Amino acid sequence: MSTVTENNAVAATPPKPAFRINWIKLAPVLYTIGLFVLWELAVIISGLPHTVLPAPSRVFQAIVQYWSPIWKNSLQTFYTTTLGFLIAVVAGMAIGLLIGWSRAIYAGLYPIMVGFNAIPKVALVPILVIWFGIGTVPAVLTAFLISFFPIVVNVATGLATIEPETEDVLRALGAKKMDIMLKVGIPRSMPYFFGSLKVAITLAFVGSVISETVASNNGLGNMMASAQSQFNVPLVFAGLIMLAVEGIAMYALMAWLERRMTGWAHRSSMAA
Amino acid sequence: MPGRLERGDAMALVSIENVDMRYGGPEGTLAVSGLDLSIARRDFTAVVGPSGCGKSTLMKLVTGLHIPQKGAVVVAGHEVTKPVSIVGMAFQNPTMLPWRTTLDNVLLPLEIVEKHRHRLRKHKDEYVAQAEALLETVGLKGFGSKYPWQLSGGMQQRANLCRALIHEPELLMLDEPFGALDAFTREELWCVIRDLHASRDVTIVLVTHDLRESVFLADRVVVMSARPGRVVAEHPVPFERPRDLEIMYRPEFNEMVQALHGEIANARELA
Repeated sequence: MSTVTENNAVAATPPKPAFRINWIKLAPVLYTIGLFVLWELAVIISGLPHTVLPAPSRVFQAIVQYWSPIWKNSLQTFYTTTLGFLIAVVAGMAIGLLIGWSRAIYAGLYPIMVGFNAIPKVALVPILVIWFGIGTVPAVLTAFLISFFPIVVNVATGLATIEPETEDVLRALGAKKMDIMLKVGIPRSMPYFFGSLKVAITLAFVGSVISETVASNNGLGNMMASAQSQFNVPLVFAGLIMLAVEGIAMYALMAWLERRMTGWAHRSSMAA
Repeated sequence: MPGRLERGDAMALVSIENVDMRYGGPEGTLAVSGLDLSIARRDFTAVVGPSGCGKSTLMKLVTGLHIPQKGAVVVAGHEVTKPVSIVGMAFQNPTMLPWRTTLDNVLLPLEIVEKHRHRLRKHKDEYVAQAEALLETVGLKGFGSKYPWQLSGGMQQRANLCRALIHEPELLMLDEPFGALDAFTREELWCVIRDLHASRDVTIVLVTHDLRESVFLADRVVVMSARPGRVVAEHPVPFERPRDLEIMYRPEFNEMVQALHGEIANARELA
């Protein structure tokens, strides 16, 4: 009889020597600092004016100087993005389940979804403005529209790839479609679902910022657009930095959720 | 076909009469044609044949996953028109659900079968004890709390057998359950199956490519022809039970395996 694969992480890592720097852990910080240093040096050496390429020191100065509007607009963008994203999660999950439920629905809806996804969402913003006016609503809806497709596709894929043997075993026991979905389909699509959240949240930021840039009086997109029209380039870059920070934070949250909820899927790939 | 005449149809748990099964509409492939087979209660039947002979179709017909276009399949006195829940199935691929522990995987059928699903919550302890006892009989005592991916292939297949047996099916259908295992593990599992069959009131149908496996385990070996599949011969296996792995080195055993091999080679050529 073969032995059980031991998956004991504690046993695997040897006790650390006292003064050892963990370069892997530090790498993200070091590389980020390195990037800013290179950027600073490039600006100094090239002598570009800050209206073209502001040095990071100048950008951070702008963040401090304009902190109040930056904070207010960051919150607004964060709010529209997460709201649109949450709607996308609920709708994407529901439509994904519906599409994965039956082959007929899958066959019928899938091409429509692909066609819909191919439309650049920025082209929809003017329509949303006609319907809802400028401001929060079109930003939320754009974030929603751009981010729900990956969720739908992933949930539907998880459902569509149930092993036929599993289905046979359960059907032979008298399982209804609903039983198979609840016991196998939905749990099995969860890794796909949580995986898609990382893609979706990043896209949601794209959607909300596009909409704010084109049609809003607040949010980071709008702030950057007006800063640009005043040649306040450091403030534009400050907006970009804030977006990057929000994006990284939300991505990390989704990655954490994914690990937390579907750890089995990651561990199983490690098992021999 | 002596095996059939002796037992008679009254004792039969499964009887397949002149069945045709075609996939994919009237122009599709004819998987089995004129299939006749009767399986007595408590019997261990092995089905062998060239690849593509409709062995898996036979599995699906008996379990009610497919309904034949012609002929009748009768299981436990009822003609099969929908999935029959008195069967347990195990395939080559153990298909354990990775998010459930081994114990929860074994308990899965109880969440489905009408008779048990409403009792499960209230009588959980009783069922868990039953599942643990079953895991012990296949040599997986204490592994219930492990996840399937922490088990080796052989152990997963043992757990798979437990899952097929937990609802105490009258009929156990095995579709090459040992195909993906190494030779030693396979022999161990043959003994597990042999002992399960000896100790429980269960009828077993084993679909396999391995002739030694079929002769070692079964009371009767059924040979099917190439597509469209039908039964070309039935051989009662004369060896006394309980059988030991040693019998595989006896000349009578090897003669029988060789004869079966010849028959299947013929069946392939005729196709």
